[in-house]
Amino acid sequence: MPSSHDNGSEAPALEARGVSLSWESEPVVRDISVLVPNGEVVCLVGRSGCGKTTLFHALAGLTRPDAGTVLLHGEDVTGRPGRVSYMLQKDLLLPSRTVIDNVCLPLVVAGERPAAARDKARPLFARFGLEGTERLWPSQLSGGMRQRAALLRTYLMANDVVLLDEPFSALDALTRADMRGWFCDMARELGLSALVITHDVDEAVSMASRVYVMRGNPAAGEATVIAGAVDIARPGAREGFELTPEFLAAKREVLGLLG
Amino acid sequence: MASARERAARGWVAPTVTALVIIGVWQAVCSLGLVPDFMLPGPVDVVRALADDALLLLAHSATTLAEAALGLAIGVALGFAIACLMDRFETVYRALDPLVTVSQTIPTVAIAPLLVLWFGYGILPKVVLVVITTFFPITVALASGFKSVDPDVLDLMRTMDATRWQVFRYAKLPAAAGQFFGGLRISATYAIVGAVIAEWLGGASGLGVYMTRVRKSFSYDRMFAAIIVISALSLALMKGVDALQRACMPWERAERKKQS
Repeated sequence: MPSSHDNGSEAPALEARGVSLSWESEPVVRDISVLVPNGEVVCLVGRSGCGKTTLFHALAGLTRPDAGTVLLHGEDVTGRPGRVSYMLQKDLLLPSRTVIDNVCLPLVVAGERPAAARDKARPLFARFGLEGTERLWPSQLSGGMRQRAALLRTYLMANDVVLLDEPFSALDALTRADMRGWFCDMARELGLSALVITHDVDEAVSMASRVYVMRGNPAAGEATVIAGAVDIARPGAREGFELTPEFLAAKREVLGLLG
Repeated sequence: MASARERAARGWVAPTVTALVIIGVWQAVCSLGLVPDFMLPGPVDVVRALADDALLLLAHSATTLAEAALGLAIGVALGFAIACLMDRFETVYRALDPLVTVSQTIPTVAIAPLLVLWFGYGILPKVVLVVITTFFPITVALASGFKSVDPDVLDLMRTMDATRWQVFRYAKLPAAAGQFFGGLRISATYAIVGAVIAEWLGGASGLGVYMTRVRKSFSYDRMFAAIIVISALSLALMKGVDALQRACMPWERAERKKQS
């Protein structure tokens, strides 16, 4: 189960140091360093095809980078899957399992008995806006609910650091805005640290305390690098932040870095 | 709900009327003496034969059904084992995939006499023939079902650090379930026909044995009665497979309801 790691250690929740990756000996991303402080939401923005998902596969340990290291709370987890919670772009709920059994899958895979796993997951259904759906099949859920179920499953992957790859891109605009707010509140409440990929600058600026901008075009032989980072100070409540001059200033800065 | 039932009821009307028309024409042709009796018995004669020989047909059906069930069970087990090997080892897949396809083109009728030559007149050649005809559809269905799993789901399982067995159990097996039951449905009908064909070539009991006997005595009404029993058995097996599928794949009903 996730737990907060504020036991005096100064190590950030997740850190990538100089990660480089290639695909069939063509470089895709070069020398990427990003840092996710404890309990914060950090976004990565970049154009489609710039290698964001490739980078995430490496951060999740699914592929080993050509160079660089991935640190989870200061521990080297480069190329080791199962340490960082990762939500892929699609919700990937298994049609053959009920919602609660889908959500419990990480616990069951980790060796818990199904009944015990369900007992652990059940109290979280309300917090994720899924109460009453436990025994439904995924096909009976709406798009937003499917995404929340996938998030709950990700949350139960045994780590307080989550990687989210375009988590809301499949949803309609209104649902997306709701989910964004809901996610940020929930992450703060549960003490999650999150690295979120998006190609939506508004989404990045409204969610994150820091936005990393990736720039490059691997298809044209130009490896993607970090063009810069924008820190977003957001004093007090987030409500209405999208309408403030600070929001627009940060957005302008991110767009400038995107080029 | 009522409209769904109405639609289902309407689905029955057309085929029932068609069947009644065909039977009516058939009876008319026989009653008017357009075709000699011994060549084409009428529906009434067939029903009478069915009633007269009911107990005998039941006994023969039991034999055929036992052979078909045993052969199907072995065929499914064998097909499952081979499909798993093909999934586990890419080399095995590449080695067997074309062979499995080619082997499906071998005519059952042609190898039946060989099986009698090798295994005699007992139950063995019948069961072997059923195994041969049923295990191919199962293998093909399962092998392609395992391959049909979304590669992103495999990545998801890897992020959970799942073992090979867990990936199989939670992702691949359910992904293959639909195709497996499709294959099983075909195999179930093949099983009855395969057993009957093997029985034609000799044996003590079974619907195929019954058919060869009545053919020799030129009682074609009883021949038709046997054909009806074979059809009924195949249909019953198919319905059994459908029921099994509904029990094993409860999520399908929710998906169908959503689509309608």
